[in-house]
Amino acid sequence: MIDPAVSPAPQGGELVRRHRWPTRLWHWTNAVTLLVMLMSGLMIFNAHPRLYWGEYGANYDNAWLKVGSARSGGGEQGYIEIAGHRWNTTGTLGLWTDGDGQVQRRAFPYWATIPSRYSLAIGRIWHLAFAWVLAVGLLLYLAWALIAGHIRRDIHITRAEWRPSHLWHDIREHARLRFPTGASALRYSLLQKLAYAGVLFGLLPMMILTGLAMSPGTDAWAPLVTEVFGGRQSARSVHFLCAWGLVGFFVLHIVMVVLAGPLNEVRSMVTGWYRLPRERRP
Amino acid sequence: MTLIVSRRGLIRAGAAGAGSLLLPGCDRLFDNSTFRETLESGENLHRVTQRVLGRNALAREYREADMSPAFRANGSREVTDPAYRQHLAQGFANWSLMLGGLVEHPLTLSLQTLRDLPQRRQITRHDCVEGWSAIGQWQGPRLGLLLDMARLRPQARYLVFHCADLYHGRPYYESIDMVDAFHPQTILAWAMNGKPLKEAHGAPLRLRVERQLGYKHAKFVARIEAVASLEGIHGGKGGYWEDNGAYAWYAGI
Repeated sequence: MIDPAVSPAPQGGELVRRHRWPTRLWHWTNAVTLLVMLMSGLMIFNAHPRLYWGEYGANYDNAWLKVGSARSGGGEQGYIEIAGHRWNTTGTLGLWTDGDGQVQRRAFPYWATIPSRYSLAIGRIWHLAFAWVLAVGLLLYLAWALIAGHIRRDIHITRAEWRPSHLWHDIREHARLRFPTGASALRYSLLQKLAYAGVLFGLLPMMILTGLAMSPGTDAWAPLVTEVFGGRQSARSVHFLCAWGLVGFFVLHIVMVVLAGPLNEVRSMVTGWYRLPRERRP
Repeated sequence: MTLIVSRRGLIRAGAAGAGSLLLPGCDRLFDNSTFRETLESGENLHRVTQRVLGRNALAREYREADMSPAFRANGSREVTDPAYRQHLAQGFANWSLMLGGLVEHPLTLSLQTLRDLPQRRQITRHDCVEGWSAIGQWQGPRLGLLLDMARLRPQARYLVFHCADLYHGRPYYESIDMVDAFHPQTILAWAMNGKPLKEAHGAPLRLRVERQLGYKHAKFVARIEAVASLEGIHGGKGGYWEDNGAYAWYAGI
């Protein structure tokens, strides 16, 4: 982003350099990587569609989340069970029909998993290879963002921004879909900063740490990684929850891009050039 | 309004298009041998990284209070082989383990001998590739002790564990390298939770290789063979699941 301290403030309607190349490269790498990680991760979940808290957890133990199928009366239904409450998910989770018209009893359906046919082994090959792309990418990006001043200049939330009145103002502006215009559109708003910082320093490192915590090899030389989450099965649960946190971010992100002008936004993430929204007429 | 509708239509069309292209696309991409081999080479990266960072690290050990109330048995839960059934009926009194291949002194060890050797007892977490875990107590002699008795030849690089069971009609087997073979927690367990191993858990003897996933922990071990290469043994990939299910040979993650 342009630092207004060193260049004259641009006006609405002007094309400005918005995203530098490391951001753009990392963004699109992640777009692919996170999709592969999610879909291959759902395949891995299908191998044992139950989640537990603590160090151990298997079929005899108490699962806080469970996806399955059960016969009831004359029929059969797919269900998700969370903390003892059961919802019928026939057609989507636990019991669904695959592309060939075959009834399947796996947790997540074929259109949500990589590969589309059940294979834990192939799901793991995808997942564990792309995990390197995710982890190394995040590490390099964080290092660059720190050195190049991206974090200090664009993500760092100032004391003034933390004021409740500012936060409230930002929430109201977002809810009314009044986005910044002109030179002020060069800066991330507080909610944007919170979202990006949450992904950069929260969800993504959490995914990697909880992933490592499930590895019996890593657990030997870095037992703390598993212990901080309260055990391997807790880490698996947190891994699953953070994955849906990232899905939530993705949905919000796409909605905001569409609302803010998708062509301009996508162009800025492809070429770096962004047309500043024109100032609203009073 | 029309703009919003058309955008929505665009998104829906895009999502449907992405779904129908992307999914079979990923499957098709994986059929490409270069792409698949690239992804599979991640396994080497995992092994080297884990070995660099924790070659001799010990798996965590737990207290009795941490143990699973019930320990799930997986894979073969019973063995149909008549010789095995006979040994089981006799309490494995006439059973013996063979250790051979690239060794100076091939060994034949009775179950009693294995029980009389110096023992290691450990409460560890068993992590299945499927995602579940169970904590149990295991006891038996260290594999390294047996290897010292048999004296490995310099060419020996892997140990192959031949098992008494057939899984889906094929003999189960597994293999590990010398880093894991001489690891202090790698034992040949004949006891679990203070009692002789049950059939479902691999009686009379199963491998415990604590820093790897469950499918490496060969059950019903009948024969251990020291080899220079895994080629030529069954499917050549070093294990039942490696040959028949595309699982990684190195199962530390």
